[in-house]
Amino acid sequence: MAIFLTKESKVIVQGMTGSEGQKHTKRMLASGTTIVGGVNPRKAGTSVDFDGTEVPVFGSVAEAMQATGADVTVIFVPPRFAKDAVIEAIDAGIGLAVVITEGIAVHDTAAFWAHAGAKGNATRIIGPNCPGLISPGQSNAGIIPADITTAGRIGLVSKSGTLTYQMMYELRDLGFSSAVGIGGDPVIGTTHIDALAAFEADPDTDLIVMIGEIGGDAEERAADYIKEHVTKPVVGYVAGFTAPEGKTMGHAGAIVSGSSGTAQAKQEALEAAGVKVGKTPSETARLARAALAG
Amino acid sequence: MDLFEYQARDLFAKHGVPVLAGEVIDTPEAAREVTERLGGRAVVKAQVKVGGRGKAGGVKLASDPADAVEKAGQILGMDIKGHTVNKVMLAQTADIAEEYYVSFLLDRTNRTFLAMASVEGGVDIEEVAATKPEALAKIPVDANEGVTPEKAREIVEAARFPADVADGIAEVLQTLWKTFIAEDALLVEVNPLVKTGDGKIIALDGKVSLDANADFRHEDHAALEDKAAADPLEAAAQAKGLNYVKLEGEVGIIGNGAGLVMSTLDVVAYAGEAHNNVKPANFLDIGGGASAEVMANGLEIILGDPAVKSVFVNVFGGITACDAVANGIVQALELLKSKGEQVDKPLVVRLDGNNAELGRQILSDANHPLVQQVDTMDGAADRAAELAAK
Repeated sequence: MAIFLTKESKVIVQGMTGSEGQKHTKRMLASGTTIVGGVNPRKAGTSVDFDGTEVPVFGSVAEAMQATGADVTVIFVPPRFAKDAVIEAIDAGIGLAVVITEGIAVHDTAAFWAHAGAKGNATRIIGPNCPGLISPGQSNAGIIPADITTAGRIGLVSKSGTLTYQMMYELRDLGFSSAVGIGGDPVIGTTHIDALAAFEADPDTDLIVMIGEIGGDAEERAADYIKEHVTKPVVGYVAGFTAPEGKTMGHAGAIVSGSSGTAQAKQEALEAAGVKVGKTPSETARLARAALAG
Repeated sequence: MDLFEYQARDLFAKHGVPVLAGEVIDTPEAAREVTERLGGRAVVKAQVKVGGRGKAGGVKLASDPADAVEKAGQILGMDIKGHTVNKVMLAQTADIAEEYYVSFLLDRTNRTFLAMASVEGGVDIEEVAATKPEALAKIPVDANEGVTPEKAREIVEAARFPADVADGIAEVLQTLWKTFIAEDALLVEVNPLVKTGDGKIIALDGKVSLDANADFRHEDHAALEDKAAADPLEAAAQAKGLNYVKLEGEVGIIGNGAGLVMSTLDVVAYAGEAHNNVKPANFLDIGGGASAEVMANGLEIILGDPAVKSVFVNVFGGITACDAVANGIVQALELLKSKGEQVDKPLVVRLDGNNAELGRQILSDANHPLVQQVDTMDGAADRAAELAAK
């Protein structure tokens, strides 16, 4: 199994012909992802060669889906065009849209999120400003380096890309069912809670590692959810204890506003829900190891 | 980016939100002429990006032009909660009958926009929310549907505004929403929104926060930045396109990825507890790429910070392999030396992830006298803290 992305997933790439899109399409192919097409209206009908694999370019998401049966799109288009790209994916009715793009105006994200809602949330959105997700040994949709870990029975959900990589690497001997980078923007599609629910239901996941950071109250709400609905062990980590109030720490969503959004509050909420929270990423990995050993 | 009151007022005026005439000055003498233009009387208001300025003595009524000069002189240069007053706004006086509150903001939790409104304006709204939550109406606004006349009416009714001001406030809500959308704001707040003695509705004070990610469609927003208040190191870093935040400590930090860097700050502060309580000196995310040039730019900023005693370079090789990062560090040090920069602070480097061993070998071979390697993040943080405490 795995969550959201499996070896059956057929992936298209919006923005495949751009430099980032090309670079990461090549990496996704190398890690075993079934990439069935790219989307670029100006290059429809052409194809791109990735070390001997010819990937066709379609004029729209709808055309690509019709021709290939694609059910996942990975979006690399620049911030100013991202809203239209996501709305196109939603209107085509694709099941999963992974929005890698960093720097999308939050009004644009709010607009495509509202649009997804108006269409009955038929499209799961992951991101924006995220590294995507990987189900090691099955498929990789986004920019997560596939070669730093192995397949296993840990589920990982994180706001941060590099902390995801760090944790995947520290626990590479145990391996992961899926690792989901949900993104560091103030408004994101898939939340910690969505991933927790999916991991709880996934028979191939035994333990969940949840990484959060300052800003908003997603971790606090996830803690409430864990208390009520999650029976599998959860280990947590929260970044940003030393972040000053009112400063954005790299991620657009990582900001402590007044007394809300602090790392302290998040840690306390998680611990109150029975989640063991590590002081450092390495300690978190040790806690995960111990929890999995039983 | 949070704006000053006068900047918020300008944006309100631009989109049709009713405001009073006002002008901004930065010398007391200028108050005379402005007050004359405003009709002989004015409210002198400190321009600071912090609440509670009224209580701190940052808002005074001037009864004539000479009085305005005096009051402006008292307020300019004042320190309000750590913010120096460099500008005051002189505004027309108003005959206030009632004070209300209205705002639109991004509701992160529900991933939508939110209207807030209350008949209890003119006070700290967080306090109203805490002590009398029933007095603060909160109405979600769909990002794509926006504030229609019907929506404005719904907000007015939810907040129970009196019938005589209902139409006026509904109109203000629509122009305020226009401001919110047209300027890509994260927050537009009017507090107080007043009813005057003759029944007019006016936005007397306001707050606006803008989304920096939307700057590409707002060329005029760059001019709203308060360059005077920016930390000089932050300004220099910004000019180099670096994602840098100045902090109070002694351990300079360079890392790749916002989450990892935030975590690095925490781990250093945690390690510092055993080393004279040293703390991280900055946040600096050089991104996934970590090229030699970006590494050199980052090192240049951090070594230029007199508070920095040691530097911790914490890189996880994910997309970029560690050998490329190691080469970047070696080249960066050479680049700085060739530019005549002083490189005299110890660097603790932790490389992990893709090609970590190759990267570590490159650094060992380069054998730079200031560079030390520690292979774990926690161990390297401890070493950097120890070096900074010396």
